[in-house]
Order: sequence, then structure tokens, then C-alpha cells
Amino acid sequence: MQTVTGHPETTEALSQAEVARIKADFEILEHQVNGTELIYLDSGATSQKPRCVYEAEQHYYENANSAVHRGAHTLAVEATDIFEQARETVAKFIGARSNELVWTSNATEALNLISYSLSNASLGRGGESSARFRIGAGDEILVTEIEHHANLIPWQELAFRTGATLRYVPVDEHGALRYELLDELINEKTKLVAFTHVSNVLGTITDVARFVTAARKVGALTVLDGCQSVPHMPVDVKALDVDFMAFSGHKMLGPTGIGGLYGRAELLDAMPPFLTGGSMITVVDMEHAEFLPSPQRFEAGTQRIAQVHGLATAASYLDEIGMDRIAAWEEHLGAMLFEGLSKLEGVRVFGPSGIKRIGTVPFEVIGVHPHDVGQFLDSRGIAVRVGHHCAQPLHRALGVSATTRASTYLYNTEQDVTALIEAVASVREYFGV
Amino acid sequence: MNELDQLYQQVILDHARRRFGSPLVDPADGELHGESHQHNPICGDQIRVRVALDGDAHFTAMSWEGDGCSISMASASVLSEMLPEMTKDEFLDKLEVFREMMRSRGTMVPDEDVLEDAAAFVGVSKFPARVKCAMLAWVAAEAAMLGANA
Repeated sequence: MQTVTGHPETTEALSQAEVARIKADFEILEHQVNGTELIYLDSGATSQKPRCVYEAEQHYYENANSAVHRGAHTLAVEATDIFEQARETVAKFIGARSNELVWTSNATEALNLISYSLSNASLGRGGESSARFRIGAGDEILVTEIEHHANLIPWQELAFRTGATLRYVPVDEHGALRYELLDELINEKTKLVAFTHVSNVLGTITDVARFVTAARKVGALTVLDGCQSVPHMPVDVKALDVDFMAFSGHKMLGPTGIGGLYGRAELLDAMPPFLTGGSMITVVDMEHAEFLPSPQRFEAGTQRIAQVHGLATAASYLDEIGMDRIAAWEEHLGAMLFEGLSKLEGVRVFGPSGIKRIGTVPFEVIGVHPHDVGQFLDSRGIAVRVGHHCAQPLHRALGVSATTRASTYLYNTEQDVTALIEAVASVREYFGV
Repeated sequence: MNELDQLYQQVILDHARRRFGSPLVDPADGELHGESHQHNPICGDQIRVRVALDGDAHFTAMSWEGDGCSISMASASVLSEMLPEMTKDEFLDKLEVFREMMRSRGTMVPDEDVLEDAAAFVGVSKFPARVKCAMLAWVAAEAAMLGANA
């Protein structure tokens, strides 16, 4: 098990030969796009999947497909074993206990689960044991200006529903969080602090401890968006000491349609449910129902068993390679990207310097719209993301409406990065700027 | 010509730079005019189009302000050049032809007599993700026309 307290100075990045072997596990990366080799630099949006992940799903459907947590037949038992074994594997991957990992369809649903559970508590659901989750007028919810819309809008809506006030930690002109304001922004009124571990636009890594320390002092709940950290670096929720963390499966080599919510057991067991229905109850009569403890309490309806199995396979695949070594490789690629693009004339790279980042770099080719940059790169087989990356407020703070973003993963080579930099170097000439 | 060069034909790149019809022009007192603000939420492109009409349902002017890719900006520029003296019905006919071309996935040979410089956007239809960019100004002009009053 890797932890955040590892020793980066002794961590050896993946070798080029290892990356080549890893890349061969990804069928899609052998494909041609527009008559040229595919160079996939959009893993921040979704990662590609190694064969073992979809083979695991196929194996499940061919050998064990059945409903979990019900039925006494052999397949039902096997499916339940696979499902719960997967929970153990993925929980361990993030440093949690099995009963602290709730399956959701994606990180967005995980964040909405907390938002709606808290408003249900605010309506009195869950009784006295849920009282600590009540939010109302006079209370404050804190987010940051760099959040993905998925970790912003659920809190805006929670504020609307409960009468609480939403506040945010602003960024400076480079997009760096203004930590010096935390002492004022996290105060006695603050009930919840939601913030991202890694910016999906800038790739910068947040100083989680500063948020957690300030939140603990006033008893506020902490919600971490781990979508861009869990796939790219060792993450240990216990070491980070956050109350909740949301993450998505498809960004960490897993299937689409599956994500997770970590929550401290004593919190999850005291929170009222979000989605209700089958498989999450103990006793039901015509007037009311009693609920199972977490995680079943939050897993109403038939679950995504094949996807869960695929995600656990992905986590094992990453764990075997070593998250600290993947992080070191991507730090190397990220530095290459940052420096290579910064040196190009007429190219502006966004983001603060001197802050640790993953292999995600947003940039602008002066005088050429990101949509046109992306189109030009696509003609050379290079896939990047263009637009506001579901972070309009951050783009506004940076003074642009859109950027082009290159984002790496463990299967990217130095050649991929060089090809991107060379292609970006010819964009202005093509568009006559 | 490769697909990228078909998409970014010289006339499109020229218009994207020139931005004919931009910035917005204030309407004269009592002039029949309409305005529309359109967004493309996928990429954040946005455009504000203002059209002026005379009493016989002829367009007299189109002006606009926008922020977006070369396709959306060039499309607005081309339309601004085409629109004056066109009647409402002529515009709606051309809009239909333009829309049909955009949906053709590169199969339609555009009639340059009807579409004039807008025929250059035929290359866009091979890139479904970019069709909205080309349509943005046309949709805005239509909405502005339908909402026009003195």
C-alpha cells in the first residue's frame, strides 16, 4: 500500500521501457487517427483502459452474472463475493476500510449524495443522530474558485435549499489558491468545506492539510474531490484526514458508470440516505422504513457489479505498478510539458509556478482560439481537451473563456510530449497569426 | 486539399481576422431592429447579433460582437456581408440551405449562387463537433429577426 507520506526523493519514476510495456496493454493506443498514430493527451477527461479491465467485466458476465446481496443460489453468492472483494480492493487502494466506501455512478453522484443527505438531515430526517449534519440560515459552506462544476453546483444548490451562505476561496491572477484567507473564510459559521485535491484545469496539487486543520478547529466537515488525484498519485484518506472524498472510476483506468464516495464510518452511519428503494433497508411497512448501515444505506437498487469488478481490476493494475512511481513519471512529463510549451513564442501556459503539479498543463496559443488549436492537433492524431473544462469560474479568474489542456497518464511517453510541443509550435503559422 | 485545409479555407481564415460587421452598431431612432445573444455551452463561444430592417422586410444591416473560434467568428463575418438587402424570406431560405449543408457530413456540393462566401463552410460539415460553431451567427440572426421591433 502506497501512502502520501512516501519518500518522493527515493521514488524512481517508471523507465521508458516500462512505459512502453504498459502502453502495450492499451489496445486503443495502437489505433491510427487521421492516418497517424494516436497520441492521447486527454486522460484528465477520461483515461484509456487496459485489456485486463474489460476482460474482467467480460469474465464476470460469462461466469458470475447475478444480483448481489440477495438470492441463495450459487451465482448470487459468487457475484456478491466479487462485488464485496472489489470494495475491499478499492477501499485499500485509497487507504479506507471497506465499510467506508460507497459505490456511486460517478464522482458527481458522490458529491450530490452528500449534498442531498445533508439537506435531508436539515429537514429533520435521521432524527437526533443526524442533527450534526443540519445546515441552515446563518451557516456557511466554503468552496474554492478552482472547483470543477461538480464540486461547486451541488453546494450552490445545498445553499439554496437550506438558506446557508456559499463562500469561496479565491485565486490570484495565476490561479493559485489564496491560503492566507483561510483563517477568515473558515470560521465558527462554517459547516462544510469542499475543495479539490488536484485542479482539473491547472494540475496543481492542493495543500490539503491547511484546509483540514482550519476546518477541524471549527468542527466543519471536509469534502475532498479526488477525481484528479486518485488516478495520478498515492492517496491515503486517513493520512489526509478528510471526512469525505469523491472519485471517479473512468479516470483511473476503470469503466465508465462507476465511482466512489469515501466517508468516515461514523459519519456515513449517521447520515440520512439520498437515493432510497430496494437493498438499502431492514424493515419496511406501509408508512416507513428503517435503513441498513453504510455502505448499503447509500446503495439503493441493483448495483453496477461488472463495473465495480472492472474498477477493482484497474486499482490492482495501478497498485502493482506503484502509484508513487506513476506520480514520479507524470511529474516528469508534466515538467516537460510546462517547460516545453512555456518556451514557445506566442504560447502562454497557465498556472502558478513553484507549486507541485501532475502532468496536466493548460495553455493558450495567442491569437488562435482553443477550439481551432484542438482541431489542428487532432489532424496530427493528438487528442487534447479544449474549452472551459467544466470550470468556468476559474477561467473567468484567469481572464480567458477557454483554454487548451494537455493531460498525461502512465501510458504517455516522452515522444508524446515532444510531438505535442512540436505541433503547438506550428499552430500560429497555420492560422496566419 | 486535406480535410483540415477544407475546414480552414482561406476565405474563412480571412473573415475570422477581418470580422466584417463587428463591433455592434447602435440602431437609429425608430429603426426596426432586433438583437439576440447566443451561447455554445460546449466551448463557451458567444455572440451578440443585431439586425436592422426596413418597412419592406428587407435587412438593412447586421452588426455583431463575439468571442469564439475562427469558424464561428468567420461565419458571423460572412453573414454580415451577405445579409443587407436580403428579404426575410430570402434569409430563411438560405438558412435552410446552409443548415442542410452543415448536416451533410461533407456530401453536399454547395450552390455558390445561393450561399455566396458561406459555401466555404462546406468543409465544416465533415466535423460534426464544429457545426454548432458555424451555425451560431445564423441562429442568432434568425432570433434577432423574429424579435425585431421599432
